[in-house]
Amino acid sequence: MTSTDLLSILPITVLVAWACVLLLVDVFTKKNKWLTPLLAAVGLCAALGISIAQSGNIYAGFKGMVVVDGFTAYLNILFAASGLAGIALAFDYNKRMGLDRGEYYVLLLFSISGMMLMAAATDLIVVFLALELLSIPLYVLAGFARPNPDSEEAALKYFLLGAFAGGFVVYGVALAFGATGSTSLGAILAAVNTGSADLTLLVIGAGLIIVGFGFKVAVVPFQMWTPDVYHGAPSAVTAFMAVGAKAAGFAALLRVFVAALPTLYQEIVPIMWVLAALTMIVGNIVAIAQSNIKRLLAYSSIAHAGYIFMSLVTFGQAEVAPDGVAAALFYLLAYAVTNFGAWGVVIALEKAEGKGLELDDYAGLGRKYPALAAAMAVFMLSFTGVPPTLGFVGKFFLFRTVLEAGFVGLALIGVLTSLISAYYYLRVLVVMYMRDGQPDVSRPVLLRLTTGLTAVGTVVLSIVSVPLFRWASQAVLRLF
Amino acid sequence: MNPVLHPLTLVTFFPLLGVLVLLFMQSERKNALRWTALITSLITFGISMWLLAGFNAQNPDLQMVIDLPWIQVAGWNISYHMGVDGLSILLVLLTTFLTPISILSTWTAIEERVKDFMLFFLLLEVGMTGVFLAQDLFLFYIFWEFTLVPMYFLIGIWGGPQRMYAAIKFFLYTMAGSLLMLLAILWLGIYQGTFSVPELIAKGGIPADIQLWLFLAFAAAFAIKVPMWPLHSWLPDAHVEAPTAGSVILAGVLLKMGTYGFVRFNIPLFPEAAVKAAPWMALLAVIGIIYGAAVSYAQKDIKKLVAYSSVSHLGFVMLGLFALNPQGIQGGILQMVNHGLSTGALFLLVGMIYEQTHTRDFDVYGGLWKLTPIYGTLMLIVALSSMGLPGLNGFVGEFTILLGAFGSESIGSPWYAGLATIGVILAAVYMLYMFQKMFLGPEGSVVEEVKKHGHSIKDLNWREIVTLVPILVLIFWIGLYPKPFFALMAPTVDKLVAAVQAAAVAMH
Repeated sequence: MTSTDLLSILPITVLVAWACVLLLVDVFTKKNKWLTPLLAAVGLCAALGISIAQSGNIYAGFKGMVVVDGFTAYLNILFAASGLAGIALAFDYNKRMGLDRGEYYVLLLFSISGMMLMAAATDLIVVFLALELLSIPLYVLAGFARPNPDSEEAALKYFLLGAFAGGFVVYGVALAFGATGSTSLGAILAAVNTGSADLTLLVIGAGLIIVGFGFKVAVVPFQMWTPDVYHGAPSAVTAFMAVGAKAAGFAALLRVFVAALPTLYQEIVPIMWVLAALTMIVGNIVAIAQSNIKRLLAYSSIAHAGYIFMSLVTFGQAEVAPDGVAAALFYLLAYAVTNFGAWGVVIALEKAEGKGLELDDYAGLGRKYPALAAAMAVFMLSFTGVPPTLGFVGKFFLFRTVLEAGFVGLALIGVLTSLISAYYYLRVLVVMYMRDGQPDVSRPVLLRLTTGLTAVGTVVLSIVSVPLFRWASQAVLRLF
Repeated sequence: MNPVLHPLTLVTFFPLLGVLVLLFMQSERKNALRWTALITSLITFGISMWLLAGFNAQNPDLQMVIDLPWIQVAGWNISYHMGVDGLSILLVLLTTFLTPISILSTWTAIEERVKDFMLFFLLLEVGMTGVFLAQDLFLFYIFWEFTLVPMYFLIGIWGGPQRMYAAIKFFLYTMAGSLLMLLAILWLGIYQGTFSVPELIAKGGIPADIQLWLFLAFAAAFAIKVPMWPLHSWLPDAHVEAPTAGSVILAGVLLKMGTYGFVRFNIPLFPEAAVKAAPWMALLAVIGIIYGAAVSYAQKDIKKLVAYSSVSHLGFVMLGLFALNPQGIQGGILQMVNHGLSTGALFLLVGMIYEQTHTRDFDVYGGLWKLTPIYGTLMLIVALSSMGLPGLNGFVGEFTILLGAFGSESIGSPWYAGLATIGVILAAVYMLYMFQKMFLGPEGSVVEEVKKHGHSIKDLNWREIVTLVPILVLIFWIGLYPKPFFALMAPTVDKLVAAVQAAAVAMH
């Protein structure tokens, strides 16, 4: 192993090793329950620091099976920050719900290491490895509230469908290998370009990979598990899962299709188009009927997967694709910030045994807890895409690349479904501000910090967005 | 010049300072909150006067331009670009003028959540002023969409019994149009390489068929906002449910954002399409004029009557704008101001009596003239102004519009203007009908009703008179001596018309 090999997996190694240490620490600290989460946060900060230090450089390790480039660094920073937000949200929530077990944080770290591996993977085998590494801890986390039957059901459902999706990915990888003789993204591209690949087989393989990751990022028609899992899993897990697993899934999709399959653009792009359109339409329409906030946010996350999926229709257009990937990265960040904030508010209102999760429980929040309600209003408006919020800027960027790639119809579906989404996001505002009620919230310091920072960030970063734009568009430079 | 102290930045964002102060005040100290908001809006009005003092009416171009790069990465070309010219100066003044008046009108009407109310009101002012000053489409869109949020809350929290329905309807209708405009804005940004409005106008050269689509996408946003028939159905709901101050701003300023959008963006950006669409826009405008007037006559709710009369009056504005000649457009812009003043005053007056009687059904009124002579006199003046009596503001605007529409080449037929005059007559009918029902005849049942509660209907108090007098002064001023108002916009309008005519000639 060379030093470049080590550098290419440095943040991952740090997290995995640290997670193993924490397993031991947790055994010996039965009294000081705060130690494990604190140390987990320290580990994430280390990984975050390494990723920040690594951005701008390229480290290709293990004979080109993993690479740390701008794309990886961007996503690694997003994953590490998401982990920190996840810990901040979970810390008091777990105590309150009686889930205060140290392995929670260990599993979180393992899952993040898988996500980071996914962002770095340039070989389909590594993609699959990363998929399993990130998923298995999440299955456990989804069932963390056992013996709560909802949580157990969520875990089982997530595990079964996840395993199923994994199967699709493996089969797709196998077909791709059969068609081109390699699992390396670069070699697949070369095989297609030299004409030595069996294109039919490869297209089928690519289709199976889309299906597998379609499950992971929850695009229609592979979204069925999402509402139940998001609803049944502990809220702090859902918050993290909605961002982390989605971002990792998109990381794989973006890199695989951009790096290995641009030549097959014409064959594959209709699939992307249809999936994006379906996801936006179904996700947004079904969300209208929800009265439980967790289910509402679950469908909202499906809808947002559809918006991000739109960026994939650009993957083979040399002119537009860099902007398309950058738009997806930017949107993931915007979504992450908004999402953690919104789930923070959900957690503040949630009570034991799944109480406090109906929309009606939010009545009167605007009067009794104006700051919390204002934050939630900002998140809802950001999800809708109303300026001045990050969600608006993200959509602006996305729609621009879709139009630039010539898909006026898809962009039209995108804006019309945004209009539909306004209806259910506004309902949250209606309940909070226009109905009377006596909501009861618990707002420990960490939660206040998370919701406050994300709310301010959602607004301020939309106005001072240049650094983010620059970061996202430089992150994709080496991908092409 | 320091961008923060630039007059346009100041006039737009000064209310934010008030918002900041309000945030740190206690919500129990209602009067302090009211004074803070009022003083903030008065200072903003002062800044707009300073703007007017520095405005050169002879200059047809944008003035006091501030143009700073904002988002210039990844092929984006977005600037913080603001400027004022003859098309926008009057509307900026109207905004800063009506805001303190509206705040003053809430002094006793809003007792619940005063702090939130004032916060949203000042935020709304930021959005509205920004809409009239932004010269970059991205920046414009941000202001445009942002105005929805505070208005949504104003209707939804302080509105009538159906407020939630009205608030959501208002939001969704407006957003539907805006999103289509967003796509058109993106198209311009991609294929013309800039979001700057003056640059886009100078560049031109958009193929005719695409121009038509873009025109329609922008028109969707603006026509809903105006609202043009048949997209008006959100307006009566929003007006009836909104609190008085919300109605004043909605009628006075928010609707003008739609008509302003046509004259600022649709006509100069897509001149060929505008010329082509002119007869159709005129047709919709005329239908709106007559339909609005006819439906107004059928109303029993005073607020609803005023709301539908807005559909009619804004039809006049649209007819004037799409005459595409100097009289038409000048009349249209002046009529925007007139409608803001007259309808704003009408809503204020309705709100003042509603505070005492809690009903807006004018069948139960009657004989108010004897009880409240000052109120009656003011209502009469405003009603006459709204129906276009010579000597008052409405006449000047409508007459100029009709003059423009009669002679308009783009509309192509004097019939539209001829039919529009029916609207003027109908306006007299429904306004006088309402006045008669409320003020003349025997005392209505509502007088008894109020007495039963141990009160009697009181005439206007000093605060209410102070609220109305500035509007009345302008109603007479514009009616008797409109020249300075036309002088502010004439050069800009002439330049715009010349550009459109050149495009029309090139088309043939």
